Amino acid sequence: MSIQDELKSAIKAALPDLSCVIGWGAGPEPLRAAPLFIRGEADLQNFSAGFLSVNNPALYLPALKGSKVGVVAKGCDARSVGQLATETLIIREEVHVIGYPCEGVIDVDKVAAALAGVCEPGEVGALREDGDNVALDTPKGEVRLAKKDIAADKCGRCIFPNAENADVFVGIRRAPTVVEDAYADIAAFEARGTEELKAFWEKEMSRCIRCYACRNACPLCVCRDHCIAASREPHWIGQTDDVPDKLFFQVIHAVHLSGRCTGCGECERACPLGIPVLKLKRALSRRVENLFGYKAGIATGTPPLLTFNIEESTIKERDW
Amino acid sequence: MSADTVKKFISFDALPGFLARVAETGTVYAPRREGGAVVYRPLKPGDAPELGARPTESCKHVVFPRSETLFSFDLKAERPALTESPEPGPAVVFGALSCDARGFLAFDPVYNGSGTGGSARDTYYLRRRSRTLLVVKACKSALNTCFCNWVGGGPASPQGADVLAVETEQGLVLDILSEQGAAFAESLPAASEAQAGAALAAVKAVEDSLPGAAELSAAPAALASLFSSAEFWKNESAHCLYCGACTYLCPTCYCFNITDESDGLSGVRLRSWDNCMSPLFTLEASGHNPRPNKADRLKNRVGHKFSYYPSLHAGRFSCCGCGRCIKSCPSSVDIRKIVLDAVKEAANV
Ligand code: SF4
Ligand code: SF4
Ligand code: SF4
Ligand code: SF4
Repeated sequence: MSIQDELKSAIKAALPDLSCVIGWGAGPEPLRAAPLFIRGEADLQNFSAGFLSVNNPALYLPALKGSKVGVVAKGCDARSVGQLATETLIIREEVHVIGYPCEGVIDVDKVAAALAGVCEPGEVGALREDGDNVALDTPKGEVRLAKKDIAADKCGRCIFPNAENADVFVGIRRAPTVVEDAYADIAAFEARGTEELKAFWEKEMSRCIRCYACRNACPLCVCRDHCIAASREPHWIGQTDDVPDKLFFQVIHAVHLSGRCTGCGECERACPLGIPVLKLKRALSRRVENLFGYKAGIATGTPPLLTFNIEESTIKERDW
Repeated sequence: MSADTVKKFISFDALPGFLARVAETGTVYAPRREGGAVVYRPLKPGDAPELGARPTESCKHVVFPRSETLFSFDLKAERPALTESPEPGPAVVFGALSCDARGFLAFDPVYNGSGTGGSARDTYYLRRRSRTLLVVKACKSALNTCFCNWVGGGPASPQGADVLAVETEQGLVLDILSEQGAAFAESLPAASEAQAGAALAAVKAVEDSLPGAAELSAAPAALASLFSSAEFWKNESAHCLYCGACTYLCPTCYCFNITDESDGLSGVRLRSWDNCMSPLFTLEASGHNPRPNKADRLKNRVGHKFSYYPSLHAGRFSCCGCGRCIKSCPSSVDIRKIVLDAVKEAANV
C-alpha cells in the first residue's frame, strides 16, 4: 500500500470516534494544497499528504478543545501538538495524531525565485512529482526542479521528521536531515552587528501591512483574539503605519513564543509580504535551548520562561 | 482597448527618465520587488518600475493610506487647538493592475456621497482620489487565481484608468483615457500605426487566453438566503485563520477604524485600516460581539462583496476579481469556491 492509502486507512479507522480529522487536500492552484477537514469518508477522496502539505494542522486544535479530533501530522506539526499539550492548551487524549515519514514540503517563494524570467508561480498550470524532482508546466514549457532546492528551509534542518508523539504511525520512519539544529543561520545573521540588523529590520518591516497573518498562523499563539497589538483598551501599541509599532508587535510575538516556539515556520510562511519574521523567534529559541536545554514540542513540562527556579542550574548568578 | 482613442508610445529605455520627470511634480508610485513580494513604493529617480511580476498588494493605500493622520489636537492650551493634516500632493500610480483601478470604482460610491444623496462625503478620501492618476499596465496573462472576467473586468480593462499601458516588443503603447491622462503623456510621441496595432493584438491575445467566466447573477440572492445557514458557513470557514491578509491586500476592502494616539492631552487622531475578519471589528462596548466566530465573519466578508454591496450599489460586486485574497491566503481560502458553493447550496434548498 502506498503511504497515501495507508494514511487514508488510518483516517478511516479513526473517524468513527472523532469529530473530524485535519489533513490536506487540493488547493486553489497547482503549487498549493489547502487544509482539509475530513468529517466523513467521502472527504477522503480529496485527501493527500506530501510535498504540498505545508499548513500546520495543529493550528486549529485549541479552538476545537472539548471534542475529539484527529490530525495528520508532519514531524514539525507533531511538535506543535506536543507543545500545546504540555502547556495544557489542548488535552492530549482528545487528539489522535496520525504520523507519517515527512520528506519535506515546498516553499513557494523558492519556486518563484527558481522561475524568475520564466513566469510567476501563479502561472504554473500543473505540478507533477517525480521522485526527488518536480516537473512544472509553465507557459514556456516544462521546468524541472529538484525538491531539495525548493523545500522549506526548516526541512533542511529537520531533526524530527517522524511525528515523535504519533498515536498511529504509517510508513517507515526516515532518518532525520540533521541530528542537531546548530542555528548556524542565526549565528551568521546576528554576526552582522546591531547597526546592520537595525537597518535590516527597518527595511523589512516597512512593508508590513499589520495583517497579523503571522500571528494567526502560529499554532502556539492562543491569545490572538485578545492581542495587545489590536486592543484599544488598553491601548499598548500605536495604530500608525510606522516601523516602530510594527516591529514592536514582532518583538512581542517573539518574546511570547520564546521557549514555546517549535520552529514550525508558519509565521514566516504566512506573511504575504515575505518578511522573515522566523529569524526573531529562532534567535530566542537558540538562547532558550542553550540556557535551559528545553526543546519546545519535544520536552515536557512548563516552558522555562513561563516559570522560574530559585536557582537556575545553568545560570550562574553569584560568584560563590 | 479601442482603436479610436489617442495612443502614445514610450520605449522601455526612455521610461525611467520620463518617470523621473513626472516625479518632479508629484509622487510616482510604482511596483518594486522587495524580498519575495512586489509592493508599490515611491519610485526613486532613474529606477525602472517592476512590470514583470504582479504586485502582492493592491495600490489602494495611495488613496486610502494604511494609517492616516486626520488632525492633531492639543487640549493643554487655554483654547484647545485642532490642526488639520496637510493637504496631500498629486500622485501617479504607474503600473496599477486593471483590477486595482476597478477597485476604486467600488470605493467611490461609499466615499463620494452618491449613496447618501451627497450628505456623507469623505473629504480625506476624495482629496487623494482626485489627485491620483492611475496608469494601468495591462496584464499579459492571467494567474490561476485571477477572475476579473467573472465580475465585469478584464486583464486590459480600461475601467477606472486614466491611461492604459500595453507592453509591446519595443516599449509601452499608452492608451489615453482621460484629460489628466492626456496631460501626463503630453510630452510623448504618438504611437505609430504598427505600434498601436501590436498593442491591440496583445490585448486581444490576453483577453482570449482567459478561461470562461462563471455565471454569478444568482450569487446575491443565494448568499442572502444562506444568511442563517450556520452549517454552511462553518464548513466554508473551517480552515480560515481569520487574519487580515485578504482584506488588507484587497483593492476593494474599505473599512477603517479611528484611534486617538495621545500623550496626555495632546496627540493625533488616526484613521487606519480595519478588517471584518478580526474579532475586534464588531466587538461592542458592552462586551457583546454579534460576530463571535470566524464563520460569522467570513460570511460577512463574502456576503458583503457579493450580496449586500450589490444590493446597495446598482448590482456591482465589491470584488474586482484580482484573486489576491486567494493567492496570499496562508490557508488557501478561495472566495470563488465559496460563492459558487453558495449558489449551488441555495439552489438545492
Ligand atoms: S521540518 Fe521536517 S517534518 Fe517539518 S515539513 Fe520539513 S521535513 Fe517535514
Ligand atoms: S512563532 Fe512561528 S515558528 Fe514559532 S511556533 Fe509560532 S508559527 Fe511556528
Ligand atoms: S504577516 Fe507579515 S505583513 Fe502581516 S502583520 Fe505579520 S509581518 Fe506584517
Ligand atoms: S475579495 Fe479577493 S479577489 Fe475580490 S477584490 Fe478583494 S482580494 Fe481581490
